[in-house]
Amino acid sequence: MSTEASATPATLHDCLLGDSRGQAVLFVPKQSYMSTMKKLVDDRFEMCVDLTAVDFLTHASRSLPDGIAAERFEIVVNLLSLSKRERLRVRVQVSESDPNIDSLFDLYPGTEAMEREVFDMFGISFVGHPDLTRILMPEDWQGHPLRKDYAQGRIPVQFKGAAS
Amino acid sequence: MTPRESDTVISAAAGTNEGNQELRSRSELTAKEVMREVGAVLRMSEADAALLAEVEADPGEDQTMIINMGPQHPSTHGVLRLMLELKGETVLRCKPIIGYLHTGMEKTGESLTFMQGGTNVTRMDYLSPLNSELVFSMATEKLLGIDGDIPERAVWIRMLLSELNRMSSHLLFMATNGMDIGAVSMMLYGWREREVVLRFFQKVTGLRMNHNFIRPGGVAADLPADWRDDVMSILDMLPDRLGEYDVLMTNQPIWRERLQGVGVITQAEAIALGATGPILRSTGLAWDLRRDMPYMHYDELEFDVIVGSYGDAFDRYAIRLNEIRESMRIVRQILDRVPRGDYRIQDKKVTPPPRARIDESMEALIHHFKIFTEGFKVPEGEVYVAIESPRGEVGCYIASDGSPTPYRMHVRAPSFVNVQALPHMMRGGLVADAVAVISSVDPVLGEVDR
Repeated sequence: MSTEASATPATLHDCLLGDSRGQAVLFVPKQSYMSTMKKLVDDRFEMCVDLTAVDFLTHASRSLPDGIAAERFEIVVNLLSLSKRERLRVRVQVSESDPNIDSLFDLYPGTEAMEREVFDMFGISFVGHPDLTRILMPEDWQGHPLRKDYAQGRIPVQFKGAAS
Repeated sequence: MTPRESDTVISAAAGTNEGNQELRSRSELTAKEVMREVGAVLRMSEADAALLAEVEADPGEDQTMIINMGPQHPSTHGVLRLMLELKGETVLRCKPIIGYLHTGMEKTGESLTFMQGGTNVTRMDYLSPLNSELVFSMATEKLLGIDGDIPERAVWIRMLLSELNRMSSHLLFMATNGMDIGAVSMMLYGWREREVVLRFFQKVTGLRMNHNFIRPGGVAADLPADWRDDVMSILDMLPDRLGEYDVLMTNQPIWRERLQGVGVITQAEAIALGATGPILRSTGLAWDLRRDMPYMHYDELEFDVIVGSYGDAFDRYAIRLNEIRESMRIVRQILDRVPRGDYRIQDKKVTPPPRARIDESMEALIHHFKIFTEGFKVPEGEVYVAIESPRGEVGCYIASDGSPTPYRMHVRAPSFVNVQALPHMMRGGLVADAVAVISSVDPVLGEVDR
């Protein structure tokens, strides 16, 4: 991460504003996630283009700006301002022991499917989501495939009537 | 809600006590209050839906019916399934059910090197594979820090292929949209024209689809010697054919009756739902990443962003038809501007040595072998890069831990987000129009499910 610790770290709405390859990244604590996102909506970030997560189970030593404690999960929200033609990325640390975070549904209704995908793939719950169910995997699926401790492998398929 | 200080000052100055009459800011409103949650989405799990089968039908009661459309319905463009709640023939609520084509491509992407990643992402949006490859390559290059060093020829080749791909994708939309609405002959014409573009792709990349041609560092090979003639023949052929489409569809009363006023979405809804591409532009907002947040050399070219005004299925059809014309205009300008030079970056870290060198140099052979077996290391970091694909904003988020494989590779698929607009477009419409609405969104299930 190219977030150099300069003399006075840049902040936005009391959150650390970093820079990753020239792109603005805002590190938001989980407690103030909702209030910061509300301020960003009023800052004319009209569209939430993407919401995803990363499981840093096997890469815990990643570099983060000072004052941000690394947790296992990270929620990554990409905001777009149509009027200012600007992008902003919000990164929130979510711990393994409490994989919950507020839902952005009321601010950006388009995050409904994205949050369902993150729930399905990472097992992170979104508080206040209207329909938090699996979206890509079958409803009775066990486990969350994009977690790093979920092995990538093949499922034996039994074809009916095949000679054994 | 507590009135803000400024409000109290204003009302005190005016001497009224009618309360807070100023509009509350968007952040304080819920989705329900801004009429973006109007009950268009049917939120019901599979298990609950199965229980409904046991409910006794009571003909006396004014009942609604839940019916499944898809996943094997021919006009759902693959395996999209819609759970529709009907009252008579009117659609009340609807829930798109996806995942039938889920093959875990993002998980697969974590075990493929950046070199191999192109083969994975190209299969996501299989109708515009070159755009998916492009965004993946651009994200990788940004992580490597070589995004400014890509040779000019490679950049212009990328733009040429991206625009031709936009044309082929929209031509296929013309075909499937025609078929869905009932203009079956249109299906043949659309596929026929698309095939001409795909033949050019086959000549350039070796494959009709899933090219893996745009790679980190440039493109896989140079254009064939007579590529200008081939592109010119496409550009000469298409205007007449597009004119025929106008006769066959645009100016045809049945076509207009079938599409105008169907599947309307407002601009506020489209923005709130994150819809991009022709859906957003059909509501009158001129938003095109090629013009508004230019990448490559799009800022040097002249083209128009096509917008609609009603946000209906006809606007989305007309936008795509005219975007083919704009893409042709862009391709014409690219033809004159492709410079001579390298088609990939001469950075030994990411570029394998030329084939001829392998026969004469042991080091070149080892280098070649290392790049293709181990890949190249990408510095730690994370980026999000977005470009305009035929369906909207396709983005690629890569988090790297410094190894030759991405730690996390996520593709922001425009269709995945656009499909959410379906319930809003269908609400209150007829079930017969559902086909027209799905078709006008033009989802590609490969990238919806990934």
